[in-house]
Amino acid sequence: MNETAPIISIRGVTKRFGPVTAVDDVSLDIRPNEFFALLGPSGCGKTTLLRMLAGLEVPSAGAILIDGHDVTGVPPNRRPVNMVFQSYAVFPHMSVFDNVAYGLRVVKTPAGEIEPRVREALAMTQLEGLAARKPDQLSGGQRQRVALARALVKRPKVLLLDEPLSALDAKLREAMQLELVRLQHSVGITFIIVTHDQNEALSMANRIAVMEAGQIRQVARPAELYEYPNCRFVADFIGKMNLFEGRVVACEDARVHIEVKGVGRLALPADQIVAPAPGSEVGVAVRPEKIRLHREPAPEGRVRLRGRVSEVAYFGDASHVYLVLEGGPKISANLQNEARTAVPGVVAGDELWCSWDPNDTLVLTR
Amino acid sequence: MDSWRKNPVVFWALNLPPTIWLVVFFIIPLGLIWVISFGEKRGVVDIEITWTLDNYLRALDPLYLGIFWKSIWMAFLATVVCLIVGYPVAFAIAFAPSRWKPLLLLGLMVPFWINILIRTYALIAVFRTRGYVNFTLEWLWEKAHAALTLIGIDPTWLLGARFDPLQLLYNNFAVNLGIVYAFFPFMVLPLYANIEKLDRTYMEASLDLGAGHWRTFISVVLPLTWHGALSGIIIVFIPALGAFFIPDLLGGTDSQLIGNVIERQFKSANDWPFGAALSFLLMYATFGALALRSLIAGRKQGLEI
Repeated sequence: MNETAPIISIRGVTKRFGPVTAVDDVSLDIRPNEFFALLGPSGCGKTTLLRMLAGLEVPSAGAILIDGHDVTGVPPNRRPVNMVFQSYAVFPHMSVFDNVAYGLRVVKTPAGEIEPRVREALAMTQLEGLAARKPDQLSGGQRQRVALARALVKRPKVLLLDEPLSALDAKLREAMQLELVRLQHSVGITFIIVTHDQNEALSMANRIAVMEAGQIRQVARPAELYEYPNCRFVADFIGKMNLFEGRVVACEDARVHIEVKGVGRLALPADQIVAPAPGSEVGVAVRPEKIRLHREPAPEGRVRLRGRVSEVAYFGDASHVYLVLEGGPKISANLQNEARTAVPGVVAGDELWCSWDPNDTLVLTR
Repeated sequence: MDSWRKNPVVFWALNLPPTIWLVVFFIIPLGLIWVISFGEKRGVVDIEITWTLDNYLRALDPLYLGIFWKSIWMAFLATVVCLIVGYPVAFAIAFAPSRWKPLLLLGLMVPFWINILIRTYALIAVFRTRGYVNFTLEWLWEKAHAALTLIGIDPTWLLGARFDPLQLLYNNFAVNLGIVYAFFPFMVLPLYANIEKLDRTYMEASLDLGAGHWRTFISVVLPLTWHGALSGIIIVFIPALGAFFIPDLLGGTDSQLIGNVIERQFKSANDWPFGAALSFLLMYATFGALALRSLIAGRKQGLEI
């Protein structure tokens, strides 16, 4: 796709804290001008990886290249990257202007150059008029803008953002997501964001690396990650997922037959699946929004199962319907509330059919 | 704070004993000394309160003003040394691995459990002409002497014919050292508390923005831990200003500080009115230092002290 040289190249990087391995032999290339997200549950090593890019942690093994230069042992103050900290770390004893100017002053930028560059950064982050304020006179969102302006004024090759939106309330968070994307377009540099919030990653990033236990499980574009997760962890971590365990019983007629516990035998088109050998244990997964509910038996050609509604969670635009299948397992389906009605169409206790297109089924070997 | 109105019995039950204690053992004696400072000596034990200002005028004699000035200077010097040495020590403790921290703090506190007089005498054992510092220097001198002889250079020209022990005691240097040694923990503890509280990400942010370690210390750490330094400065400076047995034990004939003069008035000279006047002048100087501190701190951050 994009064959330009990577702006950041992480090669076999491991970080150990005493007996704990926080980052375990990670290799990853990040391309210029990408909005890249490191996504994972807390404790997966994503922040440690980001801090190693900033130079705030030194890898126990491996190498980090920024723009082709090995920076593995280079201290943070001599790297062409800047960081927006989770706590913002806006200096409380300096005004907004001084905070933003700090990074220019410490590297002895000519005095005449400082003021225009600070003004430019303040304008970019919509902080004009607040230059004289002290941080304790700012809201959380404004403090974050100061942290952003302070990093961007340095014109880094890569901007690192450590959970930048976690301390904001939901409304502000959504607005900041859009603004960060806009900002990334306008400054045209690589953004690397660390987040545990999959919605944040899916809506903002061009590519996402999902991390678990210090390792990268999958690197993909958002839609690919959502629709084609490569392992049970990613499938379960991103979005909602109905995940069953099964065993491959046969491969014939371009179909893979899988015996799923409590569900029965499914025949799935083989071209969707990376040929699992008969006898192997696999995860069988389907997204709730891919499932339809029917009063009558569903049409031929779809995966059809019968069950009884156990719960209906109403969300206004949609309802989540939980079915207990005849074989025992639970399955959830999304029901779009398309027609206006005050009386829900589906209630607990209903006997229903659910069905989905076999092509929407995921078979996970890991 | 207005709950005392609702529950006066509880309020007074809790607050009366400390109030009485303060009045009886602090306010009244202090008031007595203040009154005595306006008195005149009549015979060996009698003091007549004549509300004279003679004692204060006598204290303004250049001789005593000189000693005052010298005391302030010595206390200032000791405070500066404590501050300069205290910052790295406080830093080292604050950044030490957490299992080392209690041990390091203990190391700082243990001397407090030993009487200051004993510790000062111990200093004499270390610094006297036949003390451990000179023993070490002599040992080094001998080694250097032997080494130079071995490689064929005449050591006499470089090192002298024999080792001359350094005169480390009974001078102003020794007094300063003694004061620094006695009050050093008072500087380190508030500094440590402030550095410990300081959010490390401020330092990381500074480094990330391109500042080196020294610049980070000057521009970020120092302004954000300044309150700890101010507390340390005050609680080192004030007792250092009144020190009397340290100059007594470690000082020479020219090492008299105002504390010694005051002590002498109350004891050997038996001139309580004059001693009281000197004491109050010293206290006013202390108040001045405290007021200065509040002024600086208030201007710095607009914070309450």
